Amino acid sequence: MVNKPSAAALTQIRPSGPLRTWATRHASNCIAALGRLARQPFASLMTILVIAITLALPAAMHLLIKNADSISGSWESALDFSAYLNNDVTVDNARSLASIIEQRADVASVTLVSAEQGLAEFKAQSGFGSALDHLESNPLPHTLVVRPSGSNTEETMRLLHEELANLPETDLVQIDTEWVQRFHAILETLQRAIAMGAALLGAAIIVIIGNTIRLDIQNRREEIEVTKLIGASNAFVRRPFLYSGLWYGLGGGLLALALVGYGLFALKEPIARLAGLYNSGFQAISLSISESATIVGVGVLLGLVGSWIAAARHMRRIEPK
Amino acid sequence: MIQIEDVYKRFPGGQEALKGLTLSVDKGEMVFVTGHSGAGKSTLLRLIALIERPTSGQVIVDGQNTRRVSRRRIPAYRRQLGMVFQDHKLLYDRPVFDNVALPLIIAGAGHRDAVRKVRAALDQVGLLDKERQSPETLSSGEQQRVGIARAIVTRPKLLIADEPTGNLDPDLSLEVMRIFRRFNEVGVTLLIASHDIALIDQLGCRRIALEDGALQKFEEEDPVAEYVERYETDQEQSRW
Repeated sequence: MVNKPSAAALTQIRPSGPLRTWATRHASNCIAALGRLARQPFASLMTILVIAITLALPAAMHLLIKNADSISGSWESALDFSAYLNNDVTVDNARSLASIIEQRADVASVTLVSAEQGLAEFKAQSGFGSALDHLESNPLPHTLVVRPSGSNTEETMRLLHEELANLPETDLVQIDTEWVQRFHAILETLQRAIAMGAALLGAAIIVIIGNTIRLDIQNRREEIEVTKLIGASNAFVRRPFLYSGLWYGLGGGLLALALVGYGLFALKEPIARLAGLYNSGFQAISLSISESATIVGVGVLLGLVGSWIAAARHMRRIEPK
Repeated sequence: MIQIEDVYKRFPGGQEALKGLTLSVDKGEMVFVTGHSGAGKSTLLRLIALIERPTSGQVIVDGQNTRRVSRRRIPAYRRQLGMVFQDHKLLYDRPVFDNVALPLIIAGAGHRDAVRKVRAALDQVGLLDKERQSPETLSSGEQQRVGIARAIVTRPKLLIADEPTGNLDPDLSLEVMRIFRRFNEVGVTLLIASHDIALIDQLGCRRIALEDGALQKFEEEDPVAEYVERYETDQEQSRW
């Protein structure tokens, strides 16, 4: 017969036993590692500062791109179409066409610029004033300035453009999106470049933390030897160093957030002044919560990876003699 | 408890520390290994602690052939032994209590259990009142007793000690040996490397004499002459 533990016996087993020991061990390691960092505040702070700067660089660049993107996004929705009508379209026809187009859902407003208004504006702005008086007839067509509604996507904008161009009354419909597209392409290229730079900087962080941990391991060589001699496993001797790496990464990540936050705060005034000069209500966007969490998370991860590599490389070589 | 069968140990330099050594230690014995420096005492203990592996031959400890203990299993293997060293090998950045508790922490003992066992071990070596002190503030004899407390805190069946009284004066040496004797009385097997013949004879334990990596022939030796000779070589060495 198989001996099964009775229900009473099962309840007597404390479920917290080994798990609790494990948790206590990790907690004490974690706090001890923080204590060691605190005992050498200057050296620890230097390491954390280097990590923070390395993390803050790509974060700040990302923020810059994000802001540039949001500005150009607001430009795009404010782009107007200029629909030049055929020369045989009269002002009245143009006016009724304008009111028809205005009823479309994807159009916010339509303004009629008659040939006379156009010529007057051109005269006033071009500086050719008196020369234009010699023209026998007005060469300009009537023009409809069509402002699309804000809800348009790139696709509906294209459709609107097409439909306006296909109207029998229109001669030419122009929209200057090219430079916006170029600007986006530049931003995208920059974004890629930053991602690559960030990957290199991440590798640099691993090296920085790995090197710090390597020195730490060398300084505590004797302690490692003794603990191995009395039966400590590699995992046991490695653990405190992994926690050191974790603290470096966490400290670096949080300080990076503070650096970026401070930078943004310092730029707030000049940005508001600049936006004011352009009559824009633009406000700089800061890092979102998930982006902030990513920066701190990346810091912690790189800290762990760096210390793990250093510990794995150097710990094996330290054997009791 | 320990079987050493035809063990050779050759170091990379070509020098042979053990040459066909065969010996055994029974459960519950307290045995001394004597011999000149270089006779192979330390090498023997290092083979038992798996700090070194034999070039050939078998080392069997408590039924386990050390040859079959893989690298990964060495820590678990060492945790069954208690080890005492001539230079104590204490960690000077933490108090006595933490030093003694280290094997229990490594073994993953619970907090309350650990406190109880550490106190018991410190009590056995008479240092219960020094648990909060740093090892640096203790005398050499007290430091060695801390080392012993650390070795026995996990209640190992086998305790090995390499020259545990090497740095101690005769009174302290006797005190340390008495502590070992008490462990032996409660069933711990002890293997102690020492050259302090006078002290060993006082205790009346079995003595295994090594010479040039093998057992010494007892009937040929003259204990007094040997002692004098050993004294002289030790003097010579301490000069270095």
